[in-house]
Amino acid sequence: MAGAADPRPGDPLFAPEHRDAAFDWLCGLGDGALILGHRLSEWCGKAPALEEDIALANVALDLIGHAEMWLALAGEVEGQGRSADDLAYLRDALRFRNPLLVELPNRDMAVTTMRQFLFDAWHLPMLHALSESASPRLAEIAAKARKEVAYHLERSQDLVIRLGDGTEESHARMQTALERLWPYAGELCQPAPGDAALVEAGLVPDMAAVSATWQEILDETLREATLERPEGRADVQNGGRKGRHSEHLGFLLAEMQFLQRAYPGAEW
Amino acid sequence: MYAQMVKSDPTEGEPTPEEQAFQARIDAGEKIEPKEWMPEGYRKTLIRQIGQHAHSEIVGQLPEGNWITRAPTLERKQILLAKVQDEAGHGLYLYSAAETLGVSRDELTEKLLSGAMKYSSIFNYPTLTWADMGAVGWLVDGAAIMNQVPLQRTSYGPYSRAMIRICKEESFHQRQGFAIMMKMAQGTPEQKEMAQDALDRFWGPALMMFGPSDKDSVHSAQSMRWKIKMNTNDELRQKFVDETVPQAEFLGLTVPDANLAWNEARGHYDFSEPDWEEFFEVLKGNGPCNQERLEARQTAWDEGAWFRDGLSAYAEKRAARRAGQATAAE
Amino acid sequence: MSKEWPLWEIFIRGSQGLNHRHVGSLHAPDAEMAIRNARDVYTRRKEGVSIWVVRSADITSSAPSEKGPMFDPAESKPYRHPSFYDIPDDVGHM
Repeated sequence: MAGAADPRPGDPLFAPEHRDAAFDWLCGLGDGALILGHRLSEWCGKAPALEEDIALANVALDLIGHAEMWLALAGEVEGQGRSADDLAYLRDALRFRNPLLVELPNRDMAVTTMRQFLFDAWHLPMLHALSESASPRLAEIAAKARKEVAYHLERSQDLVIRLGDGTEESHARMQTALERLWPYAGELCQPAPGDAALVEAGLVPDMAAVSATWQEILDETLREATLERPEGRADVQNGGRKGRHSEHLGFLLAEMQFLQRAYPGAEW
Repeated sequence: MYAQMVKSDPTEGEPTPEEQAFQARIDAGEKIEPKEWMPEGYRKTLIRQIGQHAHSEIVGQLPEGNWITRAPTLERKQILLAKVQDEAGHGLYLYSAAETLGVSRDELTEKLLSGAMKYSSIFNYPTLTWADMGAVGWLVDGAAIMNQVPLQRTSYGPYSRAMIRICKEESFHQRQGFAIMMKMAQGTPEQKEMAQDALDRFWGPALMMFGPSDKDSVHSAQSMRWKIKMNTNDELRQKFVDETVPQAEFLGLTVPDANLAWNEARGHYDFSEPDWEEFFEVLKGNGPCNQERLEARQTAWDEGAWFRDGLSAYAEKRAARRAGQATAAE
Repeated sequence: MSKEWPLWEIFIRGSQGLNHRHVGSLHAPDAEMAIRNARDVYTRRKEGVSIWVVRSADITSSAPSEKGPMFDPAESKPYRHPSFYDIPDDVGHM
């Protein structure tokens, strides 16, 4: 029963020819969840209402939990004995694969909420497709994460609508936030060059299909929120999957990784 | 204890028949519920005490919140975030209990921000190293639990029920703090140094959490008769020292008190009084972090106004639209 | 000061088959958000399968002064309780 105890033999995710691309792809997903979860956790104790403080922490906890699962799997695929913590705390910005959108600073609740919505509207269809992956391990984690992300989207979408169609000020702030984030949004749906073989093998979703759903959710939500979809291209700012990040990620990592860097090898 | 120096409004003169009947209910162990008759002093004292307790939970998010973004592992990050989130929840439960007494959460918030209401002195101390996350959980939550467990039996129903929920949820808080201390105390020399330093800095302020000595505590008697204070400050402080000293020994850390010694005759530890002058300075606003803590709450309140208003406006618009549709359908 | 979100009372069904039970209150701009906030605030430890929310202002409660007249009469109806009836042990469980 080696097959039941160790899913690898039957799991194409662990095929040697996919190793590098799969590792990279999993880091993309794990880093995205980690960095966004980290950003959300910065709100703890500072949100506009206690109820919102608690809700934001719930989303952050879900995402950091997902990151732990994706990065652990990435480490397994890589086969160098690196744990989720090793990957989170001991890589420099060049090796991080998250989309730039999630590393942007929180600024106000308009930027935070809009960023969350843009991410969730991509995250849910992506996990939905991923839960059909030819890799049982990928599919299993995706199915687990999907339930939580469905709630994230319900929440962020509703908040975008309410704040977009709220007061003049909340409308203006949401429109400004959308314009500010727009050039970063499209990167979510951009595949990296190495992804083609993974898509071919049925391991990960085709981003074109995910993108179509993402666009639909966006259009419908922005319309109801009385917000204008910006005219410019949504994919101008990109490079996360290549390790080309904004200035912000370095500061974020300096803070996040401080203890592991200052006291190498210590246990916490 | 998150409610220090809560002024109580004792009943003046001879108790009226209503007041006597009220006290008899409390003596019989009955719970007082929101709309029932209660002396004005009871109501006011409770608002002050529950409000102060709620404020302490909310301000108490900040010193630990400091380290969420620097937590050293993914698991520690999740545990700490979940714990600080619980504190927001506990603040929410307590504000709700206070609201049953006819005061709104916004009014209480304004009083916190204006300085008219206080929060526990402990949260005006800084968290300087990761070991402080251990020390806060172990000592600060430990001290809070000493007070909160008996308060589950307090006479005011909504307060009692909030405390029951809080105690249930808090059961992991002190343990996660002690677990961090164990890792640090058994870790590298630098980690052990951080652990000892955290104990050195938090020991005195933790003792102060119980409030001034009973001989200087003027408000206790009435509150104890009303069962909104269940034990005296010194009783709880002694209990805390008796429970904590062996734990420090287990960790191999030294409690920073040269006078600390087991007193066989009393069956308790003897220990030094904390520095009450420092305590009163912190209460006056002169602690190391008073300004930062209040500023953080003020900023959250001010910068959150448009968000709260935006959601209110949408809710009103939608209710109006729905009412319009209903009328049109008739 | 701008207007405060109204207060809601939260009732949660702990598991299938149980009654909804009052667990506490919270603030929210409307019922839909009250439900979501309740999910975030009161089911952080997976405590429920269903949530009811009611605006606190919409609850009508019995006046405390009526406590005697409202509930005391039941005390004089011990025949409503099973322990009122002596059934011989030989009959077995009933």
